[in-house]
Amino acid sequence: MENIPQPPKWVDRIVKWRLSDSDYEDMLGDMHELYEIWVAEMGVRNARFQYLRQAMGFIRPLPVRIQKQLPELPPSPIHTSFNPNPMSMLRNYFKVTFRNLTRNKGYSFINIGGLAIGMAVAMLIGLWVYDEISFNSYHKNHHSIARVLRNGTANGETFTVQYLPYSLGEELRTKYGANFKQVLMAWAVQDHILSVGDKVLSQKGEFIDASAPEVFSLKMLKGNYNGLKDPHSIFLSESFAKALFGGQDPMGKVLQIKNYSAMEVKVTGVYKDLPHNSHFAGVQFFAPWDLFVSVNSWMTTQGFKNNFLDIYVQLAPHTTFEKASLSIKDAILNNIRDDKEYVSFNPQIFLHPMDKWHLYSEWKNGANIGGMIQYVWLFGIIGAFVLILACINFMNLSTARSEKRAKEVGVRKAIGSERTQLIWQFFSESFLIVILAFVICLGLASIAIGFFNDLADKQIVMPWSNTWFWLISLIFILFTGLIAGSYPALYLSSFHPVKVLKGTFRVGRFASTPRKVLVVAQFTVSVTLVIGTLIVYQQIQYAKNRPVGYKRDGLLMVQMKTAEFYTKYDAIKDELNRTGVVAEMAQSSSPVTNIWSSNGGFSWRGKNPSLQTDFATLTVAPTYGKTVGWQFVAGRDFSQELASDSTGFVINEAALKFIGLKQPIGEVVTWAPSGSEAKNYRIIGVIKDMVMVSPFDQAVPTVFYLDGNLNWINIRFTPHANTSEALSKIEAVFKKFVPSAPFNYTFADQEYALKFAAEEQIGTLASVFASLAIFISCLGLFGLASFVAEQRTKEIGIRKVLGATILSLWQLLSREFIVLVLIAFAIATPLAWYFLNDWLAKYQYHTRISWWIFAVTGMGALLITLLTVSFQAIKAALINPVKSLRNE
Amino acid sequence: MNRDYLGEFEELILLTVAFMDGAAYGAAIHQDIRQRTGRSVQLSAVHIALYRLEEKKLVTSEIGGATAQRGGRRKRFFTITHEGRHILSEIRQVREQLWQLIPKMI
Repeated sequence: MENIPQPPKWVDRIVKWRLSDSDYEDMLGDMHELYEIWVAEMGVRNARFQYLRQAMGFIRPLPVRIQKQLPELPPSPIHTSFNPNPMSMLRNYFKVTFRNLTRNKGYSFINIGGLAIGMAVAMLIGLWVYDEISFNSYHKNHHSIARVLRNGTANGETFTVQYLPYSLGEELRTKYGANFKQVLMAWAVQDHILSVGDKVLSQKGEFIDASAPEVFSLKMLKGNYNGLKDPHSIFLSESFAKALFGGQDPMGKVLQIKNYSAMEVKVTGVYKDLPHNSHFAGVQFFAPWDLFVSVNSWMTTQGFKNNFLDIYVQLAPHTTFEKASLSIKDAILNNIRDDKEYVSFNPQIFLHPMDKWHLYSEWKNGANIGGMIQYVWLFGIIGAFVLILACINFMNLSTARSEKRAKEVGVRKAIGSERTQLIWQFFSESFLIVILAFVICLGLASIAIGFFNDLADKQIVMPWSNTWFWLISLIFILFTGLIAGSYPALYLSSFHPVKVLKGTFRVGRFASTPRKVLVVAQFTVSVTLVIGTLIVYQQIQYAKNRPVGYKRDGLLMVQMKTAEFYTKYDAIKDELNRTGVVAEMAQSSSPVTNIWSSNGGFSWRGKNPSLQTDFATLTVAPTYGKTVGWQFVAGRDFSQELASDSTGFVINEAALKFIGLKQPIGEVVTWAPSGSEAKNYRIIGVIKDMVMVSPFDQAVPTVFYLDGNLNWINIRFTPHANTSEALSKIEAVFKKFVPSAPFNYTFADQEYALKFAAEEQIGTLASVFASLAIFISCLGLFGLASFVAEQRTKEIGIRKVLGATILSLWQLLSREFIVLVLIAFAIATPLAWYFLNDWLAKYQYHTRISWWIFAVTGMGALLITLLTVSFQAIKAALINPVKSLRNE
Repeated sequence: MNRDYLGEFEELILLTVAFMDGAAYGAAIHQDIRQRTGRSVQLSAVHIALYRLEEKKLVTSEIGGATAQRGGRRKRFFTITHEGRHILSEIRQVREQLWQLIPKMI
């Protein structure tokens, strides 16, 4: 049987090419059998010719069944049509997606979970930003309302305040009336005591001109806008009306407003509670300005020099804020030309539009320097970044898996899938994942919104029924799906099927570069956020550690709201002393945690005549110092025994520095408050600066003296008094002597802590976002590391066989990521330094950025990266090489 | 005759399949026809004819076992079906009737 002459192979190939796979075998077999016979009959040469002749017979048209079906020839049972039913294709895409998701549970969890968290963060921040920028939009006329502000200049620095002189209101109405549709004079929103029957409540309210409800477009539930025109009327908020009258109709009911003198008013309207993102949020009643003026008639004599009024205006239709500001700017100045010192303060007034009240509320040297808007930008950018981080994860994981999906792409292409179909497939896959993530995100966001509201001090609700919300969400899904899906869709679909299926497919040397760039970008953002958060906390801590100058603990403050407080003060004091929980008490003109009054007109020996003075002025009772616990650097405290102390000054170190005297004790300071006669005071003591206003600002030069109005009672507990017990005893005393007013009190330490509220809120928000950003980045890193480890399973196996230690394998797998994080750190450091330096410069009393923050962050980032990556690296390194090399 | 028309070559092949009784396959049929008629036939023609017969359900085919010959390739064996036999006998009847009618010339 050896040496059987073989027919020419190339001829066989022709037969094979022509015949269907199921039929060529037996026909070729027949050919070969005959060939042997021919060789025997007519020799090899002729047999070969005969063989070729026979083979040619198969070139002619053959019946369909035995003819080979070439791919480009329709139709075939596999390839039914070139226009597949789009729905069935879509169904197939979804099926493949779900199979992929369920087959790689860990990967799916990281991918969808990360994206959902990122989206939820972005959504919450989006809602927050919307809430901030829609501030005051509840008031229909918000485009045309403004408040009048006043600039003044002292010693070369311009300050901006809202308090205005009484006569300015009339002046604006009469002389500048063409600019305005309405001019509203008002008293600052503050707590007032209201009573009806024996019900006594303390609530925030506003005394304002009668047209205010219309200007601010209150939503009237009862009564109409004209209701406030009667000077003995009041508008109540819905909730306050309920609190006062329960289910009864409040209209026409009479109640009392007890300020220093009582006012009787009749309810003429009830308005819907103002939303929290309104300037007047929490204002529970509006009462007529005329009523307030009638019981505070001293105001009408104050002219242009005493500032205590709020003025709101509504523009006339034809003018603009700029034009109106320009025309009114000298309205005060023109009326005080006779007062040289006041003129030197150069009072200028201007309009601050309602749309900017909330977001642009900070002033420096007469110019607006933003305010809340900076945080709107900051958090908006953070939100966008967190979302981008999550998208980067998605892209990274998808491309990392490309080698696995490559086979699928190859098979799909081989059975006739077009590239557009593959692009569609990957896009539909990414959209499906994004929609899944969005559903989870909605769940997360609606759970987290309560927590977020607490953090951000907001009352945001999920806008389920808002069309815009869904529209924006839709755009958001499209955008995210497109961004997140584009890379895998365009990249994976470009694979060459033959290469992929033969296994020669190799991603090039630079295929992982975009992935690395994305990881670096991710960590740059995260590290910057972490550094920023740490510096914010450092700054808060720095200010908290600042010496306060008085003892905050166990210091109670009660405002003297009604006349009884004054007439019965001594009785109250005696009674309180008998309770045994009060160590010391004293009155003052304002609480220790704030400065309510400041004045100019001070002079002393050797004063530079051009120096303008503006000292905080605080009237105190002689025992005030002992009560709050201030500390002397020189001189002595006020004494009750010495009558001469009624013309004594205790000043703080900041004031001493301003005055500039070497030996201040015993020096005479002349004080001529505007509109009053000059009076001589003698400095008897100098105390350490007390932090009364912002702990982030320099201490204000302050003078303490004994003659003046006293409005607050400060009560120092005995050192070992139980707070709640002491409080109830004190309350009992106040209830006994001042039954007409509810016992409202504040603790100095709590008030002081509130001064950090804004900064702490920012710190907390930033830390939450920073940890989420880090978490999302690590999630991505974890997924990436697991894929890299999986890809290199064989390599690791071979290395182990050749003797590599686990340590060296761990290094091998971790090194790449460590390098990436180090690069990110190198980029983030100057970035963070630049921005945070800017931020710190805003505070007068600020810390320096110390190097250890960067060191700690760098180490932390490295540690977290190592932990994340090591889990996978060590897992991969521990695999028995027999297992990793055996598979396939 | 309501049956499909059978061509002469097809009839020849069907007769060959019938007498080979299950051992008929492409090369064997091809050889037999050549030897019996002296005609030089294309193998592809034989296969196409077999395929057509199979489509008309006159023969069936099945793949046989592999042998050491023909490079280990398997054979496709053809067997005549009941319909095949029927149509052959029909044709034969028609022919015999016709032969009866022809005046004795030989």
